[in-house]
Amino acid sequence: MKVRNILATKKGQLATIGPDEPVRRAIAMLAASRIGALLVTDEAGALVGILSERDIVRSAASDENLFDRPVGEIMTREVIVGMPQDDVIAVAHTMLERRFRHLPIMDEGKLIGIISIGDVLKTQRDAYRGEVDTLETMIIAEGEE
Amino acid sequence: MSLIGTAAQPLRVAIIGAGPAGFYAAERLFKETELVIEVDMFDRLPTPFGLVRNGVAPDHQKIKSVTAAFDRIANNPRFRFFGNVELGRDLSLDDFKANYHQILFSTGAQTDRPLGIPGDELIGSHPATEFVAWYNGHPDFRDCQFDLTQERVAVIGVGNVAIDVARILCRTQEELMKTDIADYALEALSKSQVKEVYILGRRGPAQAAFTAPEAKELGEMADCDTLVPPAEAELDPLSLASMASADRADVRKVEIIQELSHRQPTGKAKRLTLRFLVSPTELIGDEAGHVKQMKLVHNELYATDAGSLRSRSTDRTETLDVGLVFRSIGYRGVPLPGVPFNDSWGVIPNDAGRVIDMQTKEPVCGLYTAGWIKRGPTGVIGTNKPDAAETVESMLEDARNGDLLAPAHATSESAAAFVLERQPELVTYADWKQLDAMELNKGKEQGRPRVKFTRIEDMLAALRE
Repeated sequence: MKVRNILATKKGQLATIGPDEPVRRAIAMLAASRIGALLVTDEAGALVGILSERDIVRSAASDENLFDRPVGEIMTREVIVGMPQDDVIAVAHTMLERRFRHLPIMDEGKLIGIISIGDVLKTQRDAYRGEVDTLETMIIAEGEE
Repeated sequence: MSLIGTAAQPLRVAIIGAGPAGFYAAERLFKETELVIEVDMFDRLPTPFGLVRNGVAPDHQKIKSVTAAFDRIANNPRFRFFGNVELGRDLSLDDFKANYHQILFSTGAQTDRPLGIPGDELIGSHPATEFVAWYNGHPDFRDCQFDLTQERVAVIGVGNVAIDVARILCRTQEELMKTDIADYALEALSKSQVKEVYILGRRGPAQAAFTAPEAKELGEMADCDTLVPPAEAELDPLSLASMASADRADVRKVEIIQELSHRQPTGKAKRLTLRFLVSPTELIGDEAGHVKQMKLVHNELYATDAGSLRSRSTDRTETLDVGLVFRSIGYRGVPLPGVPFNDSWGVIPNDAGRVIDMQTKEPVCGLYTAGWIKRGPTGVIGTNKPDAAETVESMLEDARNGDLLAPAHATSESAAAFVLERQPELVTYADWKQLDAMELNKGKEQGRPRVKFTRIEDMLAALRE
């Protein structure tokens, strides 16, 4: 199972925000789209960071006036980026080990989507369910021989 | 609240493609208790079950027993099968829209990706899927020709299909006799001169897509020695590290491959060699344009940012003498007339199964997709069950909200009459059960699980009798 197989069943519309936009707007976007992270892109559309719920909570703990600060000040700058050919099982491992929940996906230098730990979990669950189902079918067939 | 989905006006669903994803979608639709749903399932072939019939290897009969579950789904009085009816040939998308509230595409991934290397098109270089469809008796592929007078064969790829192809090439006549392999394929393979088969994997043993039981099976063939070059069975440091978090099944698979690498040839008639960390870079032909050699480059692995291990070529190369090549490096779906298509991934663009417009990214009313044409070719047969369930959830949500097509003729009778007019030789499920019984009977006479019809004319003629 590849990242591509996850992205294939998602709309692929990217939630992006500029680094100079206020955190207030980022929070509104996260709430409205019911997502956990925004990709921060510059005017040329290049990825400059990622802003997750965690980044906001972490900053809010020390700054009650967070809402008016620019996104660029509190975003995570070092973004791990995946590609469509990445193996989902390896990605799951990396997300758990390095404790991040959103992976932007780039293909030939272009941002094409984002997958969340929830997407990875669902894919893994469905893969296991499918395997169990097929194994059960075979075991039952064996019993009927 | 919409009034569709009642006994007076059932929700009418067309499922196009009678493989596992289509059947699992029908099953999930019939589990819905609040809505009355009718399903008409179409297939371009007269026979249902898609790759269970035409893809699963003939020596894997147990997996094929899943069709018993499909039979139970088909027994629902609100289910009908219209075989030998093709979108684009007999009915247009508009015809479907005129008869159904929702249309689900589950047409699978029917073609291979090309290798994209020089010599790909030489005589003797084939997509593995064509060989699979041929030995399984798929009517469109029964007349394919494969030069089995060649002694040395390369199978490119280490997915399930590559392994199936290599195994079928290495089986004895006695082993194949016990299967439902197509008659002509059994005949052709009994005269096969193939002695040496290579399976070529781009990455290492830890990344191979086949399963532990499949690896084990390779080492247990009647008259074929299965070997792995010891150096290529060794795990590189990155793969070794990845084993710490790998599934038990993947660890076992690597163990089996390493066990095979300690074996010596025992003088069996055929030899199968599993190779790792090699990629073909060119196929070389003789004067007649027939493949005679393959250039390989040795690879090494590196980790991507996200942690998966990918291959890149080194400067080590070699040349392998082979007269027949099967490529199995990935499948892609085929676009359907009038239906959006993501050409770079070979799938129908969708959001949780709702077909979406490539430009606007908005759902196209009434169109859905499930299975390989939805997510790409990955997973086992059972993986299509949760996949189809997700799509059906989207369908039911839209049905409750009244986001449906507005068919001009929305009764079961009018649809049947319409389809029959377009394709007088349509095949029903009852017809299929007759064909099924004939195939099983013929199998019984020959001591085989089944002897398949492989021509559509023969199936239709048998039904007329």
